[in-house]
Amino acid sequence: MYAQMIKSEATQDDPEKLAAFQARIDAGDKIEPKDWMPAGYRKTLIRQIGQHAHSEIVGQLPEGNWITRAPTLERKAILLAKVQDEAGHGLYLYCAAETLGVSRDELTEMLLDGRMKYSSIFSYPTLTWADMGAVGWLVDGAAIMNQVPLQRTSYGPYARSMVRICKEESFHQRQGFDIMMKMANGTDAQKRMAQDALNRFWYPSLMMFGPSDKESVHSEQSMRWKIKMNSNDELRQKFVDQTVPQAEYLGLTVPDKTLAWNEEKGGYDFAEPDWSEFFDVLKGNGPCSVERIEARQKAWDDGAWVREARMAHAAKKQAAKVAAE
Amino acid sequence: MSTLGLIRMGDNTLVLGQRVSEWCGHAPALEEDIALANTALDLIGQTQLWLGLAAEREGEGEGRTADTLAYHRDAWDFRNVLLVEQPNRDFGVTMMRQFLFDAWHLEALKALAAHEDAEVSAIAQKSVKEVTYHRERSSDTVIALGDGTEESHARMQAALDRLWPYVGEMFSTDDDDLTDMAALRPTFDAYLETVLTEATLVRPDSDFAHMGGKTGARHTEHLGHMLATMQVLPRSYPDATW
Repeated sequence: MYAQMIKSEATQDDPEKLAAFQARIDAGDKIEPKDWMPAGYRKTLIRQIGQHAHSEIVGQLPEGNWITRAPTLERKAILLAKVQDEAGHGLYLYCAAETLGVSRDELTEMLLDGRMKYSSIFSYPTLTWADMGAVGWLVDGAAIMNQVPLQRTSYGPYARSMVRICKEESFHQRQGFDIMMKMANGTDAQKRMAQDALNRFWYPSLMMFGPSDKESVHSEQSMRWKIKMNSNDELRQKFVDQTVPQAEYLGLTVPDKTLAWNEEKGGYDFAEPDWSEFFDVLKGNGPCSVERIEARQKAWDDGAWVREARMAHAAKKQAAKVAAE
Repeated sequence: MSTLGLIRMGDNTLVLGQRVSEWCGHAPALEEDIALANTALDLIGQTQLWLGLAAEREGEGEGRTADTLAYHRDAWDFRNVLLVEQPNRDFGVTMMRQFLFDAWHLEALKALAAHEDAEVSAIAQKSVKEVTYHRERSSDTVIALGDGTEESHARMQAALDRLWPYVGEMFSTDDDDLTDMAALRPTFDAYLETVLTEATLVRPDSDFAHMGGKTGARHTEHLGHMLATMQVLPRSYPDATW
């Protein structure tokens, strides 16, 4: 899971402070919560970390869809552990965002009313068990590619949460590939599921890196601030180069007739995803966009009495403690 | 030793683990989501041990494994108590069900930790560690929500009233059980009293108990639906390995 569509903010801060801040970033310093930072840096980070956190939480849903139908006890346990990790990632990331002065509840409300986004990939459905393999292999694979460089991002709390998240994501990717191996080497029905999963998840996975660099006009400032470490196209190319041989090893066909090795650039030439579909998904027209937010809204509404009761109980206990002192 | 006693333990953890896992991604707060997934994970792990041992003890003639026991039996061959197949309903019912089960489960496991069969004792000892934490968490939740607000109090009392008729079955016992379950009741009652008092909840004034889960005589309507979901892949693709 990761952040996409990163926009940066023009800034109106004191030029001297800005120059000193940039010098710290250039020197490889980590910026910590109490340090001075440009308003645009703070705002961009809140959006990026918040979207990343939301992606973890919404990302629980497509995989949660198969926990009750996992085909063996071991697969069920592994999938439960994985989805639990994602909730944990959400928690660290919300905590990292809180250090910038925004609360988890505020961020949640912004997700629910559409002011904040989550990764486009989670608006796609998971239709067969092979999708649990494809999500781990492709989606977590793309996420790792985005996140490994973010371990060196300039904001300390974000970089540190990324270190832990990356460790868990690489386990997720391995278990996904393991499911794909079983499916691709299984019965005819399983092979069909595996190929179908790759067909459906290939282009949405390529979209996870965001639009082409030519279209991504806001990246430059974020790169200077080391909030964004690599360009979208650079990461997408790396992902394709890594994934195509894996698909070949599985005996599956990447759904791109134009795919070809380009000796000169030392990488594959490949077809761009349909960017109009990507922008539709971001606008809330993904195949499961409505269901995903509906599910989060329902959890939020249905859980209100529980959260209120826990607060009320804690307050009573605190009052009793004070009275006893 | 009867393998039925092992299957009862494993079916309880399997059915409750499956129920609790339905919450994944839908809990009232992230912390609750993580805790519920953690509980489900422990229960599925315990299932692998109990049903694995049951399959092993049945002998190779039967050719069964923990997975075939979980995925290839019909509802009438399940031996879990009716309490664990009750639907999640709201978070209050889910946590009250968890609390009532944990309070029985921990006492049962403590007794089994001293079982003469070394493998039974080993599984119980491992499980005691996990279930001690489950009971602590579900007790704290029942107390917080029972005491919290007017609404939460009403919901928790309703949950207790709703689930109470399913408590007695956990303490019904026969020779197939791995320990005398009836003997666990006084300790359970004492613990229940402590938690309910702090939660400002009232123990229902009835001894009525629905029976039929652990004997398999009559499950509730809910189990069939749960198994239809849980078993769909292995049943639909019997030749596949996953």
